[in-house]
Amino acid sequence: MKYLPLSPKDKTEMLEFVGAKTIDDLFASIPSDLKFRGSLNVPSAYSEMEIREHFENLAGKNKLLAARFLGAGVYAHFYPVIVDALSQRQEFLTSYTPYQPEISQGTLQYLFEFQTMITTLTGLDVSNASMYDGATAAAEAVLMASRLRKRRPRVLLSRALHPNYIKVIETYLSNLELHIQMVGQADGVTNVSELKENLDNDVCAFVVGYPNFNGIVEPLEQISEAVRASGAMTIAVTTEALSLALLKSPGSCNADLSVGEAQSFGNAPQYGGPHLGFFTCLDADKRQMPGRICGQTVDRQGKRAFVLTLNAREQHIRRAKATSNICSNEGLCALRATIYLSAMGKVGLRKLAIANHSKAVYLHKCLGAIDGVTVTNAAFFNEFVVRLPRPAKSVLKGMAEHGVQAGVDLGRFDERRDHEILVAVTELNTRKQLDAYVTALEGLL
Amino acid sequence: MNDFREFLLFERSRQGKVGCPMPALDVPEVELESSLPEMTRAELDVFPEISEVEVVRHFTRLSQWNFGIDQGMYPLGSCTMKHNPRINEAMAALAGLANAHPLAEDSQVQGCLGVIHELQSYLCEITGLPYCSTQPAAGAHGEFTGILLIKALLDKRGSKRSIVIVPDSAHGTNPATASLCGFDVKEVKSDKHGRVDMEHLASMVNDQTAGMMITNPNTLGIFETNIAEIAEILHAKGALLYMDGANMNALVGKTRPGDMGVDVIHLNLHKTFSTPHGGGGPGSGPICCTEELAPFLPTPRVTKDGNDIYAWSNDFPDSIGKVHGWYGQFGVLVRALTWILTLGKEGLVRHTEHAVLNNNYLRKMLAPHFDIPYPAETLHETVFTDKRQQAHGVSTMDIAKSLLDYGFHPPTVYFPLVVPGALMVEPTETESRGELNRFARALMDISNRAASDPQSVTSAPHTTQIQRADETIAARQPILRWQPKTS
Repeated sequence: MKYLPLSPKDKTEMLEFVGAKTIDDLFASIPSDLKFRGSLNVPSAYSEMEIREHFENLAGKNKLLAARFLGAGVYAHFYPVIVDALSQRQEFLTSYTPYQPEISQGTLQYLFEFQTMITTLTGLDVSNASMYDGATAAAEAVLMASRLRKRRPRVLLSRALHPNYIKVIETYLSNLELHIQMVGQADGVTNVSELKENLDNDVCAFVVGYPNFNGIVEPLEQISEAVRASGAMTIAVTTEALSLALLKSPGSCNADLSVGEAQSFGNAPQYGGPHLGFFTCLDADKRQMPGRICGQTVDRQGKRAFVLTLNAREQHIRRAKATSNICSNEGLCALRATIYLSAMGKVGLRKLAIANHSKAVYLHKCLGAIDGVTVTNAAFFNEFVVRLPRPAKSVLKGMAEHGVQAGVDLGRFDERRDHEILVAVTELNTRKQLDAYVTALEGLL
Repeated sequence: MNDFREFLLFERSRQGKVGCPMPALDVPEVELESSLPEMTRAELDVFPEISEVEVVRHFTRLSQWNFGIDQGMYPLGSCTMKHNPRINEAMAALAGLANAHPLAEDSQVQGCLGVIHELQSYLCEITGLPYCSTQPAAGAHGEFTGILLIKALLDKRGSKRSIVIVPDSAHGTNPATASLCGFDVKEVKSDKHGRVDMEHLASMVNDQTAGMMITNPNTLGIFETNIAEIAEILHAKGALLYMDGANMNALVGKTRPGDMGVDVIHLNLHKTFSTPHGGGGPGSGPICCTEELAPFLPTPRVTKDGNDIYAWSNDFPDSIGKVHGWYGQFGVLVRALTWILTLGKEGLVRHTEHAVLNNNYLRKMLAPHFDIPYPAETLHETVFTDKRQQAHGVSTMDIAKSLLDYGFHPPTVYFPLVVPGALMVEPTETESRGELNRFARALMDISNRAASDPQSVTSAPHTTQIQRADETIAARQPILRWQPKTS
């Protein structure tokens, strides 16, 4: 029992000290008919060597192809080795939520730095200290909008929003007096005239992907203008946070809330989690925000110090009237993002965004030249939809035989789109991979 | 050391410094005017430019201002701050697991699906409940999912009910969750032993009751001995029982929620199953439930066929839908599975026993010095108060701050709300007798000083980087990001 530091003698003496004959005496408060007397159907202890063998075997059953073009909200990016080295320091890794500021200034200061960089990227005033993921951040944003726009019981969602995000929002609203209405898409972009027709003083918010699920950069300024005129709020949802280093910020396009997924910053795909939800709003709205927020203050000697603040919003104070039930967030993922963004820096991050965009544009152009293949004409960041002359499923299978995970079969989200794939390109995709992709697809079609 | 100050990244920044150069672009660089016309932004204004050396020093220094479980005892009640083994980290970081994409075909991620399936089967075994979802991302998220299951079942039965009952000693997340799911919250009182007041409960449960959320052992560390009867009262009126598994560290292998009549429970993998709390997260809050509630579990659900091939299935028409963008906190699931396999079936039980022994040992040592508001037996944690020290003008907050000078993280303070001046101490099983003794001596010393020299306690801490940060100013004049000074 390598994690149990009591010696047999300690145990005997401690039992004696507390006046117990056996360890079972300490469980006397559990009624005897509720006691579990069997043996748990769990294997006996594995040594560390056996643990390694078990998990290496499991990891080996995953078939990761050499060239991967999967995105749709989760992106494989390079991150420097210092992200692991620094974030694995035990003082960060093994600490709790920073309830005691005196011995948590490390966590609190990086959260303050994280909040600062996230607001720079989104162009809004206030960021919280993170959410579970992009989808739950989007759902919480809708709830926040409904608190800020009371007596407006409808929320509009763009059909070009990530389908998983739509599902999570639906679950969050399922028992509330808040009704979802979808706004259609045309050629992969939100149908703005349909949006305008449906905006009225019953609508609290419109939720739009930026870029949207199809990778396309929505006309956010035009959308926000219409939404604001109706008195509702615009919630811009970004699933690829790196795009915000290059695109106009949601805040500068007059979005009221900018939320999404920042896994791209120093966090591995890790089969979907843990990832890093981010959440930003205007200064005037901050007291309706969900989640932890770190703020600057002074200690009793007047030294700069950081604390968790605006706690009066939260469940441990307000209980049933809290803005959210959220308690844990994604602190360690936010730390990884903060280290990553510090290393990439102001210039590096923008250059990286341009590299992603350039590579995607290159592949887009090459694929568009293949007979029978159609690609979008709209502006995109690092991801775009490709329409194939054959069902995507069979093409992807053929590409896999060439070592290329060529994209996401959109038929998995909408069966009418079974000839379409969503292709994401990042800095990890070398030109050699891009050219091999084109050659392999030409060969297959 | 006290005067040393680590600047913010933005204050360290100087134009032209680079921390991580990237390779030269191997495709033509696009003309942004043509590919993203009028869609691009100006440069990132408030963003650091620093070298790698400075990044490393910055975060290393920040880390030194933190306190982690590897440095010493971290007895935060109800948070179960136990040892976080590094092998768990190493397994989650295996390239095959870290780089797996959630939209890879099922056939390409059989290892990930295997991890999820195996962990779910052990969590079912430990809770005595037959179905599990690992999609919820944290404890409160598990509560949310569990209460939605209850709502869905009641809807299916055609039963309109608006009330969720929560004990007055409950975590704040419980009432917040019930509200989030559209229910009104009613509080049931604690009796003089610190348990749910059965008479009060029986008088409250009626055809408007959807269910009750109960923490067991409760936040006082006391086992709810009437749990089976509570379940019967609820079930007799068509309501369901939700268990908050935050304190499951007291029970693993000793008793099973499924056998108590619990319908659905969440587990905090970052508590009972040792995954690190990371300064606030990520957590993970799987739920386990009865067969009756299973049709409503989140989708997709992992299935296994006769040939041991795993697949995701969405074929559950009554499901509440998705609560997370993907399949939950997969990396945390790997760590928890590592923990369970490392302990094994015998180790899981021994750990529970040691957690309870350590708490009772500490309680016995501290009982002569600190008030214990409820004398009932406790399992894994004990709530003390500052009642005796208050006579000298020393409060729970002073005691907590004073502990910092002894090198310990303080207990949970001022919670549960039913206990004024609460100090909630949970040592966990991974503390040695020596560490428990040192912690007890520190508290006794503080208690003695509270009587002999109270000012030395009320002025604590004396050794920390900062001392008693002003939370009022922080909330009244919020500064929530760094901004360059404007001249």
